[in-house]
Amino acid sequence: MAASSTVAASAGPARPAQSFWQRVRGGDEIALGITFLSAFSVLFVTGMIVWELWANSSLPRHQFGWSFLVTQTWDPVAGQFGALPFIYGTLVTSALAMLIGIPLGVGAAIFLAEFAPPKISDALTFLIELLAAVPSVIYGLLGIFILIPILRTIEPALRSVLGWTPLFKGPFYGVSLFSAGVVLSVMIVPFIISISREVIRAVPNEQREAALALGATRWETVWDAVIPFASKGIVGSIFLALARSLGETMAVTMVIGNDPKIKASLFAPGYSIAAVIANEFTEATGQPYTEALIELGLVLFAVTIVINGVARILVATAERGKM
Amino acid sequence: MMPAPTKQPSSEIKTAAPAAANAPEGEGKPTMESDAKLCATNLNFFYGSFQALHGISMQIYTNKVTAFIGPSGCGKSTFLRTLNRMYESVRGSRVEGTILLDGQSIFDVEVSGLRRRVGMVFQRSNPFPKSIFENVAYGLRINGMYEDRAGLRDSVERSLRRAALWDEVKDKLNQSAYGLSGGQQQRLCIARALAVDPEVLLLDEPCSALDPIATAKIEDLIFQLKSSCTIVIVTHNMQQAARVADNTGFFLLGRLIEFDSTTVIFKTPACKETEDYVTGRFG
Amino acid sequence: MTNGLLLRRKAVNAVMLTITGLCAFLAAGVLVYILGYLFVHGAASLNWNFFTKLPTPVGETGGGMANAIVGSAKLVMIASCVGIPIGFLAGVYLAEFGGGTFSFLVRYVTDLLNGVPSIVIGIFAYTVIVLPQKHFSALAGGLALGVMMIPIAVRSTEEFLRAVPVSLREGAVALGATKAKSILTVVIPAAKNGIITGIMLNLARVSGETAPLLFTSFSNRYWSEGLSQPTAALPVMIFTYAIAPYEDWHQQAWSAGFVLLTLVLAVNVIARLILARRKHVAR
Repeated sequence: MAASSTVAASAGPARPAQSFWQRVRGGDEIALGITFLSAFSVLFVTGMIVWELWANSSLPRHQFGWSFLVTQTWDPVAGQFGALPFIYGTLVTSALAMLIGIPLGVGAAIFLAEFAPPKISDALTFLIELLAAVPSVIYGLLGIFILIPILRTIEPALRSVLGWTPLFKGPFYGVSLFSAGVVLSVMIVPFIISISREVIRAVPNEQREAALALGATRWETVWDAVIPFASKGIVGSIFLALARSLGETMAVTMVIGNDPKIKASLFAPGYSIAAVIANEFTEATGQPYTEALIELGLVLFAVTIVINGVARILVATAERGKM
Repeated sequence: MMPAPTKQPSSEIKTAAPAAANAPEGEGKPTMESDAKLCATNLNFFYGSFQALHGISMQIYTNKVTAFIGPSGCGKSTFLRTLNRMYESVRGSRVEGTILLDGQSIFDVEVSGLRRRVGMVFQRSNPFPKSIFENVAYGLRINGMYEDRAGLRDSVERSLRRAALWDEVKDKLNQSAYGLSGGQQQRLCIARALAVDPEVLLLDEPCSALDPIATAKIEDLIFQLKSSCTIVIVTHNMQQAARVADNTGFFLLGRLIEFDSTTVIFKTPACKETEDYVTGRFG
Repeated sequence: MTNGLLLRRKAVNAVMLTITGLCAFLAAGVLVYILGYLFVHGAASLNWNFFTKLPTPVGETGGGMANAIVGSAKLVMIASCVGIPIGFLAGVYLAEFGGGTFSFLVRYVTDLLNGVPSIVIGIFAYTVIVLPQKHFSALAGGLALGVMMIPIAVRSTEEFLRAVPVSLREGAVALGATKAKSILTVVIPAAKNGIITGIMLNLARVSGETAPLLFTSFSNRYWSEGLSQPTAALPVMIFTYAIAPYEDWHQQAWSAGFVLLTLVLAVNVIARLILARRKHVAR
């Protein structure tokens, strides 16, 4: 006992491995400081975005309050600003995009993840993921010059089949909610496919084997065992696609018709939040007009944040293979 | 319900002695072909260019428990999976040779129908993300094996009883299968496999992820099921084979070294490799 | 199980395989179609003027988009000065020093920022730079694009740094390097392929963005000098020309679209090939 306490005493009091200044010279503190500041500035920038949107929309917020969201009139000359036509247009075009894009996207993802031989699956996935890199304005360009003429030719067919519904009545001039919805569906399909494919591939093989061992066909295995397991992630991918389509600007602006009115027919021209901001911002005269547009931006910001937040949670839990 | 067999101390490897209700048809050498449910002849199996199984020939006897033992990677699971053609979902896998079920080649029949007759339970329990009821009902539904809702319920109850799980889950049939313990989930998977009335049940190391109590329950189950079903079990636990199996096959490096009644394999094996393995000289 | 039921199940299987396959080929086919159409329409009318001349007044032919090409390059460079340092360093923090509530918050907010529509970011740059300065400028446009670059830079940097094995870091530290030195001299170089391709993809993405430029850098039919003047950009020109009623402008929009898409896709393909090769080598 005595010997060990002597040893301990002679070792001296405990010291940090290096002194503070040694650490600083070693660069660790500086590295930590710089990178921490950068990480913090991400928070700072995001906070500033929220602040600027809020502060620069104070006029219409005070003037209209919540009724801004439900007023139908958009008459800058008269100083009347209501967001409803744009909310309507945004929701309708995105809904149409979802209606077309979800079956197409999930179906393709199933094929790529479950049925296709690996080489074909990889090749097709490569092409489809490139689609996600195509700039929005290019989709708009193609929308104007290719899609709208195509839609014009199939319009009579559509009208004869679905013309009895209020959705497909009225004249069709090309630019319309319908055209915007179709363009949007083309744009969001790659996202749905890309994420859904990953989520489906993450389903443990044991689930497939359990179904196969009971005599299920390959489709039955996919539909009954794999998809339910992957459902959270697939829904997450749909939410992400929805968030993107709500904020899509250029392609929509170029084919939607830019008419701030609410009409039942999909053939009618309409307007979306992003489109009206894009078109009218530089021509907005006077602060109330500009701030009304900024308030629209605030609305769009809030909606996409919420939907993205939900989507990420769903995808995160699904990719970890949990239920 | 049959009384549970006595458990042997692990230091003494003895043959399993099932209760009198189902006395084996004479211990010693395997019996004739007419008693065989499944018969493999000169079976070779390839993953791409790698040959995983070499010339396997053996018979699986009706209403008996056959165990496959051997060190990891020896091919016992691979062989098990050829019996219900589960290997077909792996690209590049290939089979040569014959496997007969009741005298008919399994490669000549519709694979869905084959898998209804030859069921499988896996190493880790894999219930579907559905309720307990729907898990068991799944096989019945896709194979159209029920008349009406009442018939379905009866079949599900029967399967759960056969798997000795009914009493534990009868009040929560609509709850998620994931709420069950590991051992219960595995018995649920057994019930699910039993629901389609298979003639053969393949068990691929069914207890390796379970604690001893859950393992004992499943071993009891195997005894009870034997009379209505032919059972093939892959196990890396020799004592388990000794406890439950009537016949045992010892695999090594993709070959079937020896196949005989369990008593012979563990007490008087004919091959040196078998003897080395069962006495624990390697594993 | 009836034969009829089995036939129906197999038919359903075949039909669904076909339908899902059609979906996949359709989706991939769209890209091929887009490329083909742009190539046919855009490449055909590409001429030397496009790359060297300024836009001419309406009605005069022979104009080009030289200023827009240079302008886009200028905006992307400004954006890089903002987005890459912040994004890269924040990614280093998350991968090397992170863990804990602050890191969780940063990651979460980064994801949120990624989801903010580009036009809203344009509004932000407008309020922060254009409003006080009372004029459009390359600085404002560059800032908007830079903010868009940040989340992608953060995530890709973090992902590729994390992929560097711990053993490499430990090796450096065990030799006496400080944490900062090991990051600088070992970890980042090990991840450099991924980080560089991440930057390439990021640049490709922002070079195609239009919405945030509409009221920040606005546009310019002449050369822009320095940072404080409105600046032409390729995507904005495409937009302006496409919605105008002049056939000559439509033609130029196609050409510009072709140039932009070719650039963006070329960078994407190269980046993906580099990443894929890295994965193969790592095996």
